[in-house]
Amino acid sequence: MFRALAAALAVGLALVLQVSVFPHLAWQGIVPNLCLLVVVGAALTRGPQFAAVLGFTAGVLLDLAPPADHVAGRWALALVVVGYVAGRVRQDVRPTATAVVVTVAASSFVGTSIFALSGLLLRDPVLSVPDLLQVILVAVLWDILLTPFVLPLVMRMFHRLQPARATA
Amino acid sequence: MAGLNGFDKRVRHERRWRTGDRLDDRNRPSRALLVALLLGCLTLITLDYRGGSDSPVEPARRAVGEVLGPVEAGVTTAVRPFTAVPDWVRSRSELRNDLAALQAENSRLRGEAATSSYDRNRLEEFDGLTAAAEALGYALVPARVVGLGPSQSFSRTATIDAGTDAGIRPDMTVMNNDGLVGRVLRVTRSTATVLLVVDGESVVGGRVGESMDLGFLHGRGILGEEGRLDLELVDDSVVPNKDDTVVTWGSESGAPYVTGIPVGRVTSVFSSVRETTQHAVIDPYVDFGSLDLVGVVVPSGTTSDRAVVEADGSLQ
Repeated sequence: MFRALAAALAVGLALVLQVSVFPHLAWQGIVPNLCLLVVVGAALTRGPQFAAVLGFTAGVLLDLAPPADHVAGRWALALVVVGYVAGRVRQDVRPTATAVVVTVAASSFVGTSIFALSGLLLRDPVLSVPDLLQVILVAVLWDILLTPFVLPLVMRMFHRLQPARATA
Repeated sequence: MAGLNGFDKRVRHERRWRTGDRLDDRNRPSRALLVALLLGCLTLITLDYRGGSDSPVEPARRAVGEVLGPVEAGVTTAVRPFTAVPDWVRSRSELRNDLAALQAENSRLRGEAATSSYDRNRLEEFDGLTAAAEALGYALVPARVVGLGPSQSFSRTATIDAGTDAGIRPDMTVMNNDGLVGRVLRVTRSTATVLLVVDGESVVGGRVGESMDLGFLHGRGILGEEGRLDLELVDDSVVPNKDDTVVTWGSESGAPYVTGIPVGRVTSVFSSVRETTQHAVIDPYVDFGSLDLVGVVVPSGTTSDRAVVEADGSLQ
């Protein structure tokens, strides 16, 4: 219970920072996706199952919280996939820094692309494909930039909150 | 030794196989969970997409918004002092450039504000002139007073900026939207000299009030507040009433004065036993201290270097 609450709080904090604080530092409106970083951090420490559920929660929150206006469920879909895929990378030993950065880059690319593709399918955004690609790449860069600041904290927190498990 | 090594390898191989087994166990529930979550996402998308503006997700959005809205507001308030920090770091040359640009814009705006009331007055005068032309039925050439003769010369004249190029000839009536101003004395190509009615030498024939009694208006030669006209009535049995209007009588063929232009109103009447006529003091409608836009009465259809206000109020 306490662990679930802590995870939810982490996601909530990431969301509020992403919406209220980072727009001051945005480049052309693109901010780092802190919720995605939290989900990837959970995936790297806790595995695909936990990360998929956390991704769903974080995605639904992102979809419903103001000022979001797109069709609900798009970010949920993207973050579930991201959580599962990043969780498959998880090893029993602590991942190296390179592995973490590569995972974050891949997850960010996959997540934002799924979001953009669902938008294209539902005819939600009005961006052209080259603009979409630019947005996706800049988002990947932002997330990689924020990795050294966010991920160590997140991973340490989830590691601490891990239920005691008999290791193999 | 070799046998033992082989045995070790087999054990290790079995152990690895067992851990692989355990991973497989973990995979299946997580795959089911993944499928369930994906289905949940797709359901949510479909619900919201088909629902449109009254989708069932809206109440959830509202609820989350009620909770997160104040949090977002609080965080922004807390962060606001820090977002101003980058503005503190600006170079002196940047600030100086900003200052110069603002000063230039300031003086420009101040100049505009200072002339805006003047522009408004000009607009009102033009409107009044067209209305006067319409009311009286004369074609007017608009002109501005560009010079007033000084009081030392004991003659009240003014210079206007319309001349022969504008269709002005000597002995034309000059009026503004308040009333009669004077007549044209002489012209050049681009200016004309106007004798004001308050000049001592100006004589204008006028009609008083409803009775239309005839009289002669003489100027007293004093400008400004004290500019008054003396009206000598021809028939001394008629006493004009206070505040009766005096209009021009008109001259033959309209030179120098045309008919029907208001001149002033009666303020007091004097009669003396010695003189056979009585004379009234007229307060002119026109404020001779602030003459600006005037119109010169021209025959309709005059070609001019500027727009002529025709008798029907239109500009030619």
